[in-house]
Amino acid sequence: MDAGRHPNVELLTYSEVVDVSGYLGNFHVRVRRKPRYVIEDLCTGCGECTEACVWKDRVPSEYEAGLGKRSAAYIPFAQAVPLKAVIDPETCLLLTRGKCNQKCVQACEAKAIDFDMKDTYVEFDVGAVVLATGYDLYDPTRMPEYGYGLDPDVITALQFERMTSTSGPTGGKVTTSDGRQPEAIALLHCIGSRDENHLPHCSRVCCMYAIKQAHMARDKTDAEVYQFYIDIRSAGKSYEEFYKRIQEEGTHQIRGKVSSVRRENGRLVVRAEDTLLGALVEVPVDLVVLMNGWQPAEGTKEVAQMFRVSLSPDGFFLEAHPKLRPVETNTGGIFLAGACQSPKDIPDTVAQAGGAAVQAVKMLARGVVDIEPTVAHVITERCTGCGECVLVCPYQAISLVEGKAEVNPALCTGCGTCVAACVSKAIVAEHFTDEQLVAQVIGLLAQEEPAYV
Amino acid sequence: MSENNGYEPRIVGFLCNWCSYAGADGAGTARIKYPSNMRVVRVMCSGRVSPELVLRTFRQGADGVIVLGCHIGDCHYAEGNHRTAKRIPMLRNLLGYAGIHPDRLRLDWASAAEGPKLAEIVTDFTERIKELGKLETK
Repeated sequence: MDAGRHPNVELLTYSEVVDVSGYLGNFHVRVRRKPRYVIEDLCTGCGECTEACVWKDRVPSEYEAGLGKRSAAYIPFAQAVPLKAVIDPETCLLLTRGKCNQKCVQACEAKAIDFDMKDTYVEFDVGAVVLATGYDLYDPTRMPEYGYGLDPDVITALQFERMTSTSGPTGGKVTTSDGRQPEAIALLHCIGSRDENHLPHCSRVCCMYAIKQAHMARDKTDAEVYQFYIDIRSAGKSYEEFYKRIQEEGTHQIRGKVSSVRRENGRLVVRAEDTLLGALVEVPVDLVVLMNGWQPAEGTKEVAQMFRVSLSPDGFFLEAHPKLRPVETNTGGIFLAGACQSPKDIPDTVAQAGGAAVQAVKMLARGVVDIEPTVAHVITERCTGCGECVLVCPYQAISLVEGKAEVNPALCTGCGTCVAACVSKAIVAEHFTDEQLVAQVIGLLAQEEPAYV
Repeated sequence: MSENNGYEPRIVGFLCNWCSYAGADGAGTARIKYPSNMRVVRVMCSGRVSPELVLRTFRQGADGVIVLGCHIGDCHYAEGNHRTAKRIPMLRNLLGYAGIHPDRLRLDWASAAEGPKLAEIVTDFTERIKELGKLETK
């Protein structure tokens, strides 16, 4: 909201970066603006088109996690920034089948709807980039033992969240799929997370939102609430106190991962090993809520390639140093914020976003950057201009200028791949020259006894 | 082969700064033992290790050369080790022509967290070089 109003901030929503060139301080970015079929400057966000659309209340709403319905012309949610309508090209009759009586156009007093909109491209220069591309939820249908997608009373935490919201599709009522008040609710932790067959990492935020949902379940219903967990990770300010509080509210904590959920005599039976009792437990419940884990957002790999940043083994963006440079990447001028780097909750995301913004501004305000001394340079007299180094450089730091290779020290990270590739020995990696490495080899091999260094 | 049993080969390891060197450090911190035959030269990336550097190392009297880098996909420099993965096997194929057994050169991957794996690789490689014995160069 604040970002949308700030005079120095230009928001390009419904857009994606298609190309990036340049380097820190001098990025050139090309952005595709997808057609929203609504002229942003004219739309007042009144919602008349939503009411008029022939698809009204017939398209599953992403925001309501599929529990509610929307139109083809819709405003994603009440607090959307910008508060402008968008027409979904995958459901809109006119855009899919070319035929519709276009009630939305008639309803729109501002004359904002324009079905002739096409992709447009904008290009601009920026000095620094903050990646904040977020995360995706792990798809629980990949774990059929929990019955998501097979049984209507197995829902995800996001669906439960919408159910408990007073402005949600059920008006805050927690019910089973046939409209009954649940007598017992099971919250299943670590769905996909901390599982070598799915996501090895801990998704970090699920414990706390599960605890919050346990509280909501107790608050909204008279149901017994069972939490099945591997470990409760409630590290964070006031988190442990909150966990204590829901225990006092009478929720049941069962330490053990659920092996299956099955339908029996009209109820859902949750089967798990209670590792504290050392016994198998089967709990009949009416509603099962899955705390699905977090995975890198779709397209993370493509974004990483485009911005030349690395990924960690878990697929999230790799920071420059896990402890000392958590908001920077190894590519100068590119910073990270939020769950695109690792799963994190709102306070941590806000803190990291602030850190990334300040690092970016600091770099730009200073006007000069410090680079590592271990960059490569070209001995121009030896360079034959074959271009092999240009091909191998992972950072596109080398270019041919008038037939000779030239290293851009701002882009070079000193990996030395070009040095190994150069047949003319025309590139030298500072502090890791051939002479220095061979001198080390000679020194190491000169000793009769194995070296203890 | 038996006369080589007591021979302690001299092995030079080129370890990348980010994964394998840190992995070796980790192995040390965790008190994991591996043969001290490998003497480590730190490079920023395994992609820095040119075929020429390997040959010069053999020429200086190394009985074996091992190049250790980050796993493919984990390279600190995005794809520096992709080059290594092409260069070193290519060089292995050519070593025979120079009268050097290809097994005297090994490429493997060890991440910063894989101290035990690194120790295993180095132990295994040292055993192999012991079998091959001293590299006779003219």
